[in-house]
Amino acid sequence: MQCPKCHAPMHTYNRNGVQIEQCSGCRGIFLDYGELEALTRLESQWTQAVPPAPPGAPQAYPAAPAWGAPQHGHHGGHHGHHKRGFGHMLFSS
Amino acid sequence: MSQTAAQLATALRRARRDATAEVTVLADRPDATVVRCGHVVAKAHPPGTDPAELAVRVGVAAHPRCAGILLPPVDGMAALPDGRQVTLWPYGEPVAPEAPDAAPWVEAGKLLARLHAVPVAELPGPLPAMRGPVKAARAIARLRAAALPDGVATRAVLRAWAGLPGWARGVGRAGRGDRMDRMDRGDCTDQQGARALCHGDLHLGQLIRHRATDWRLIDIDDLGLGDPAWDLARPAAWYAAGLLAPEDWERFLGAYRAAGGSAAGQRDPWPRLDVPARALTVQTAALALVKAAAAGRALDEAEEAMVEASVRIARFMEAAG
Repeated sequence: MQCPKCHAPMHTYNRNGVQIEQCSGCRGIFLDYGELEALTRLESQWTQAVPPAPPGAPQAYPAAPAWGAPQHGHHGGHHGHHKRGFGHMLFSS
Repeated sequence: MSQTAAQLATALRRARRDATAEVTVLADRPDATVVRCGHVVAKAHPPGTDPAELAVRVGVAAHPRCAGILLPPVDGMAALPDGRQVTLWPYGEPVAPEAPDAAPWVEAGKLLARLHAVPVAELPGPLPAMRGPVKAARAIARLRAAALPDGVATRAVLRAWAGLPGWARGVGRAGRGDRMDRMDRGDCTDQQGARALCHGDLHLGQLIRHRATDWRLIDIDDLGLGDPAWDLARPAAWYAAGLLAPEDWERFLGAYRAAGGSAAGQRDPWPRLDVPARALTVQTAALALVKAAAAGRALDEAEEAMVEASVRIARFMEAAG
């Protein structure tokens, strides 16, 4: 299949059971009918699947203090090495 | 090149008896200037560094008990015309700043565990106090002196600071020239009376590769006796702020514990790390506010995350009374 935008070949990937086509040129993504809904459904299941861990239960994430960032213990929280400035902070007092 | 860097370069060339040897400036800040010439690096220590304390710290780095942990110095201490102390060190390759994902967290954990296990009674003395808390206090003093327009961030940082116990705020000590014997009289008791040889200012710039393979800790300016949890607290603070990836935090902490490090307890590390991690969060946020204001720029995302963590600390302390 060729990209409708730039006409480069598109490759098929499997994301959590949903087939998506991504263009090797412009990185655009093509979704078949129903695939967007399938992805949305998966996303909401993913968010619901992480109730707060009951006390004493094994933690998926290492322990954090009470004042820790809210994304702790929640999947999908974006972490660090992507935050602008952290690369520099790692090296300074 | 600052005047200090130029003077260091001259001193290094003279030491090598080569007036035209190529010299590279590795760092040139008000608190530290580092220049390299071939295999040797010269460091000008911060103005006001106590010569006796520095000599003890350099002696510790040279001591056989610290071999394989701290980079040993190259012989020859000197002073610049302005009185600043100079020490010489072998050059080592630093962690690549453009590849923080490849950071040697495991090696950092191992090296700290070994440092904390060094038998202090065998080291040169009198061993000064680890300067972590004093540096945190200095950052807060800078924030106060900067007199920024009263804002949520500054107020939160100062409130979070005020909630820390005295030992973590460097209270009860004059700082420079103050020795452990005075601390031991009880004006500054840290948690569980923990006493170990500590680095005092761990970050990724403090690790270098010695002879291409082995990592060593460098920068002994803040080295001394103190609560070893302090050395784990900067990565802990980054993790708590949501900056350091959980995998990296676990690798660091896991390697520290596997190498026998005891400053983080056995299971939940936070009872031990909470206070120093709060202090370092507040210190980092304070310096970020000062530096951003001085440069007339906004905080970057990482700095923002540390300020937000300070806000949560302040809020948490108010809730806890």
